[in-house]
Amino acid sequence: MTIAAINTGNYVRRKIFSAIMDTVCLLAALAGLVILAIILSTLIQRGAAGFSPNVFTHAMRATPGQGGGLSNAIVGSVIQTGIGTLIGAPLGIAVGIYLSEVGNNGRFASLVRFVNDILLSAPSILIGLFVYEILVVPHAPFIHGGFSGMAGGIALALLAMPVIARTTEDIIKLVPDSYREGSIALGARESATITRVVVPAAFGGILTGILLAVARISGETAPLIFTSFGSFFTSQSVFSGPMASLPIAIYRYAAGVYEEHHQLAWTGALIITVGVLLLNIASRAAFAHAQRR
Amino acid sequence: MASVAFENSRRFHLGESFFKTLLYLSASIVLITLAAILVILYVSGQNAFEHFGPQFLWLDQWDPVRDLYGAAAPVAGTLASSAIALLIAWPLGFGIAYFLTESCPRRLRTPLGIAVELLAAIPSIVYGMWGFFVLAPVMASNIEPWLTSTFGWLPVLPNEDNPMWFWFQGAPVGVGLLTSGVVLAIMILPFIAATTRDVLLTTPQLLKDGGYAMGATRWEVVTGVVIPAVRGSLFGAVFLGLGRALGETMAVTFVIGNANRMPDGFFAPTASIASIVANTFPEADVGSMKLAALFALGFILFVVSFFVLAFARLLLRQGRMAA
Repeated sequence: MTIAAINTGNYVRRKIFSAIMDTVCLLAALAGLVILAIILSTLIQRGAAGFSPNVFTHAMRATPGQGGGLSNAIVGSVIQTGIGTLIGAPLGIAVGIYLSEVGNNGRFASLVRFVNDILLSAPSILIGLFVYEILVVPHAPFIHGGFSGMAGGIALALLAMPVIARTTEDIIKLVPDSYREGSIALGARESATITRVVVPAAFGGILTGILLAVARISGETAPLIFTSFGSFFTSQSVFSGPMASLPIAIYRYAAGVYEEHHQLAWTGALIITVGVLLLNIASRAAFAHAQRR
Repeated sequence: MASVAFENSRRFHLGESFFKTLLYLSASIVLITLAAILVILYVSGQNAFEHFGPQFLWLDQWDPVRDLYGAAAPVAGTLASSAIALLIAWPLGFGIAYFLTESCPRRLRTPLGIAVELLAAIPSIVYGMWGFFVLAPVMASNIEPWLTSTFGWLPVLPNEDNPMWFWFQGAPVGVGLLTSGVVLAIMILPFIAATTRDVLLTTPQLLKDGGYAMGATRWEVVTGVVIPAVRGSLFGAVFLGLGRALGETMAVTFVIGNANRMPDGFFAPTASIASIVANTFPEADVGSMKLAALFALGFILFVVSFFVLAFARLLLRQGRMAA
């Protein structure tokens, strides 16, 4: 629309049209938020119905009526998310530091940045297939049998790394150059400038990125189908044998036939959603706290 | 002067170059990961590519009995469900973004914006479950019969042999192409709304004020000033949403019906690449043609999402430079 077009026409008519479009957009926003509110309320209603200490203290059972819970799935999720974070966070932070402090706008850094952004939203199921081929198959070459919690954790690490790299770079760029100049003027090496001045100054922001990544990977289901597979039992080892996880437990139970399992699936979904939302809120709090400092 | 002497020492140089090499290697891992995924998926699917040739792409059968696998059905299911999702989520997402940046009372903007971003973080399996247990029965008993009685007159698309396209006819089973499109739309809606809002916010206030000073109404400022200023990034946000929809597994697997055949209407149970991989993987033996075909499908999905996401990033980057 050109300026000439804006100036012509009846002002009242245009004002009314604008108000109509305001209302249309308001209705769109309401429709979207109402649908999402319905989903959340269903989740809370159905999930809370099955809430009991049993869920946290008892392992899963293949058949209903045996008082099965989700404890092994919760433990498995915590372990695999932990592995994913422990591997993904240092890598992601290092990539972020490289992009912001060393590579800058060089050709290599631009390429890494671009590829990292692609990995950030690449289909997670393909990360699962990839890790299956490089870690699970060599473990048991002839049957579907080489699953392990470690493989699941590494798949999650590959999902966490790009998230942390992106937030770390963004946040480190916000550290004022005067900090770096001051450090260099005192005779500090580049490595000392980065590890003792720049990173501590951006610590809150980096923590935000890590928490966001934890929230993202703890709800991932698809990559775990091919790597840790899921199990009814509490795993004895991280390195061999399938390991249960909350998302896979929800997936298997929801697709099953027993009402009791459906109930546990809803409860598991509620636990995961509450966890993810709390992590997101915590990351926001960490960021706000870092900004204030 | 001590530090100067240290700077010339060998230990200093070793330490510094070690530090930088470590960072450099970490950055390389990003590139290696992408390349390795591409290579591994291709190599693992090579059997299927070689056995079926280019035919793999348009063979519309998935027949374990005859060991005959083609990509046409899951590719069509993936593209169609994502297209339905975008058609629903794009206008709604823009509406939410417009509301949050322009017409919403200022006091509500931040909390509502945060709410939308939080909704974007909910794991996709929750949307899948809700679609399966809550939406699918409603689709089967109310929405699909209504669609048939209202739009059932749409003529079956003429065709030479098959496939035919039946629009809103067929058994209202509740799970199928339309339901998966709707669930996908609901899942990507908060994401598209949040990114679109961020894009709209990059418009310099000065430009908008200029529009208002000319006597433009709010809608005219948005369509005449804001949208032209951020057009590229707006498309970037939508393509980012598309990239998400294409590879989404859990939200789709529950509600697409998992029938490995070409969709012949909006109600038809079908499959997407992600759903077929997640579903048939446990029963595909190691070393079988079936497993190779699944990896070949994964390779196709990776290539498609790569281009969609790369295009999205280019659009967003151009927008950032212009703003």
